[in-house]
Amino acid sequence: MVDETKSQKPRVGVYICHCGTNIAGSIDIKELQDFAQTIPNVVLADEYQYMCSTPGQKKIEDAIKEHGLTGIVVAACSPRLHEPTFRTASKEGGLNPFRFEMANIREQNSWVHMHDRQGATDKAKDALKMAVAKASLLEDLFPKSVPVEHSAMVVGAGVGGIQAALDLASSGIKTYLIEKAPTIGGRMSQLDKTFPTLDCSQCILTPKMVDVGRHPNIELMTYTEVEKVEGYIGNFDITLRKKARGVLTPTEAETRGIVGGGCNGCGDCEQVCPVIKPNPFEMGMAPRKAIYIYHPQVVPLIYTVDFDSCVKCGLCVEACGEKKAIDLEQEDEFVTVKVGTAVLAVGYELFPVEKKTEWGYKRYDNVITSLEFERLICASGPTGGKVIRPSDGETPKKIGFVLCAGSRDNTGIGKPYCSRFCCMYSLKHAHQLHEKIPGSQSYLFYMDIRSFGKMYEEFYYRIQDEGAKFIRGRVAKIEEDPITKNPHVLTEDTLLGQPVDIELDMVVLASAVQPTEETNHVRHLFGVSQSMDGWLLEAHPKLNPCGTTTAGVFLAGVCQGPKDIPDTVAQAEGAAAAASIPIHVGEVELEPYFAMCIEEKCAGCGMCVNLCPYSALDLVEKNGRTVMQVTEAKCKGCGTCGGFCPGGAIWMQHFATPQIVAQIDAFLLGGEQ
Amino acid sequence: MTDEWKPKILGIICNWCSYAGADLAGSARTQYPPDIRTIRVMCTGRVDTLFIMKAFANGADGVLVSGCHFGDCHYLEGNFKAAKRMFLIKSVLKNMGIEDKRFRMTFVSASEGAKWAKVVEDVVKTVTELGPSPLKEFRQ
Repeated sequence: MVDETKSQKPRVGVYICHCGTNIAGSIDIKELQDFAQTIPNVVLADEYQYMCSTPGQKKIEDAIKEHGLTGIVVAACSPRLHEPTFRTASKEGGLNPFRFEMANIREQNSWVHMHDRQGATDKAKDALKMAVAKASLLEDLFPKSVPVEHSAMVVGAGVGGIQAALDLASSGIKTYLIEKAPTIGGRMSQLDKTFPTLDCSQCILTPKMVDVGRHPNIELMTYTEVEKVEGYIGNFDITLRKKARGVLTPTEAETRGIVGGGCNGCGDCEQVCPVIKPNPFEMGMAPRKAIYIYHPQVVPLIYTVDFDSCVKCGLCVEACGEKKAIDLEQEDEFVTVKVGTAVLAVGYELFPVEKKTEWGYKRYDNVITSLEFERLICASGPTGGKVIRPSDGETPKKIGFVLCAGSRDNTGIGKPYCSRFCCMYSLKHAHQLHEKIPGSQSYLFYMDIRSFGKMYEEFYYRIQDEGAKFIRGRVAKIEEDPITKNPHVLTEDTLLGQPVDIELDMVVLASAVQPTEETNHVRHLFGVSQSMDGWLLEAHPKLNPCGTTTAGVFLAGVCQGPKDIPDTVAQAEGAAAAASIPIHVGEVELEPYFAMCIEEKCAGCGMCVNLCPYSALDLVEKNGRTVMQVTEAKCKGCGTCGGFCPGGAIWMQHFATPQIVAQIDAFLLGGEQ
Repeated sequence: MTDEWKPKILGIICNWCSYAGADLAGSARTQYPPDIRTIRVMCTGRVDTLFIMKAFANGADGVLVSGCHFGDCHYLEGNFKAAKRMFLIKSVLKNMGIEDKRFRMTFVSASEGAKWAKVVEDVVKTVTELGPSPLKEFRQ
């Protein structure tokens, strides 16, 4: 606040960027430059083709020294893009980087007023005036360096989360891997084969799952959810809810003084449990007990009690015997861990395709979803890999695959986006069907086959050669023969231009994918935005696809948008690398947008203290008066306190009241006053 | 000048949602009227009622405050606290004889570029229909 340069008259340098024709195409640069020279405090107004280029930045650096500038304004693109660039240039020139201000005349001007040259130029003039007014009042600020905790968290342990955790842990970072289900593995562990190589999904995933289980740097916490997130990059305090599992691990048993006890996964409890429920891992097509594991390869191999269905008969406790692993009175536990960065890999769920009532899913026995088919054809699935019709247990010979089941759907019921992996797994399903059932015939009802990945197009040709039939048309309706229970698929073959009615034994809907309900919950906890379609929003779609707008929080896998296994793993490795950078550097710089109390004005009313969402403000006694005091480490610079203070006693650095009022005045009064 | 009167509208928008949404409208080249000038703040929670009154006192014909959707605030609930203040502004404006439609608070997320364009279009239309702010004459 107190600044020796304040006494000196501000000397502002203005630079106008053409950005090729991006700006110069809609705004009269010459007129703008002439105008800039008339703005109070401006000592030089220059223009350049590309201000962000090295010569452009050099102009700023040189002028600061030559003209003794106290402020820099660059009228160019959005500060969200190039503010860091020009701050660095200002710093190189010997000026405090926070004396730089940007006027956005591209994203919020030339690009949105392409056909109104005069309107755009007038708007740019005002933007310049406002930026100069603010730059004249900016002060030296100094970012605060804070140490970064040498640990990371990965939320979600599907293949993306597993890969991110392994990478982080292998680079020497203590990593907490959090999974809400009782086992890790996610969706990939439900699949039979993976396209286009036809690797067995479990065979390539389980080694990674086992690695996670025994990696010395990974603390695996299954059946655990994130409860609360506090802090900021480098210093997140994350509270986790360890849901009551009802079963003790060997380590937990030892802490309770049960030597050699705890669950060893023998399954004796499951044998005696009288409660039967559908197993969600098998898409409800196989039973599980109230004490259960999803499948034999779970990591960790620990049973879980489903307290919603458990009748607490105690038979399992008896069966467990000396191991004393089961505690039916266990309660949820809360633990808080400190981490430097976090990766969110919370995955997806299937779109409830029964909403598309014309296809009759859940009404017709022989219409199933692709994940159900995946479990049916999987050797470890409920039928041991035998494909059967749900209505009568017969082997289906003619199976239809309906692609874009809920994807690319603009009716408002389905999803407008492409789910990106349904084409490929449906081709894989067709192949598996031909392989498993001799003499079978697959029909693929498609809009477009999107086989864009490495070796995908070749796989598509292979399936064509195997004799799969491709019918181009969106399925209008599926009807069931009431006696045979055979579904009839009604569509238009748009290549032949004629309606089609095909009687099949079974139909598989390649359902769209959508964000889970937890995605929204987790995103609120970590302060991550969402795209229009509900997926988590990356910091930049092209140049920062793993980052988010919350520093220190990164994204991996389908939760950021539909993607197949190779893309998920690639993004997970990217997110892990990005998340490890601040940790390995050891410290981060926080933008110094802290609130400060102007003690002479503060009446000690304490309204701001209640408004602060981070408890960064306190009332203290100073010189016999009650005044507010800011804890800078807690303050995130939102300015909610400053927006409310009735006495104007809060100085928001870089967004101070006089600075904002100067912008308003510059716009409306033309910079007078 | 009078025959081609253009409204002067001030927008105060938050860095994380509405400013990003406005940038997105730019990247997508969504066209809208150029009659708005924006000030970037980190959060709409920063918006002091003083800023809005100052703008009207200086002759603004309309003011728009735009932030994140409820529940999406980068700072947990700054937008909510701002919105509570904005009700106050509305009633003060009415008591001063200024149409409260000249002031608006909207919620535009970082992915809603098209919505930002619509909001600006609508604000410009509303303010244009209302004509110059009655405070302008008063100032003179």
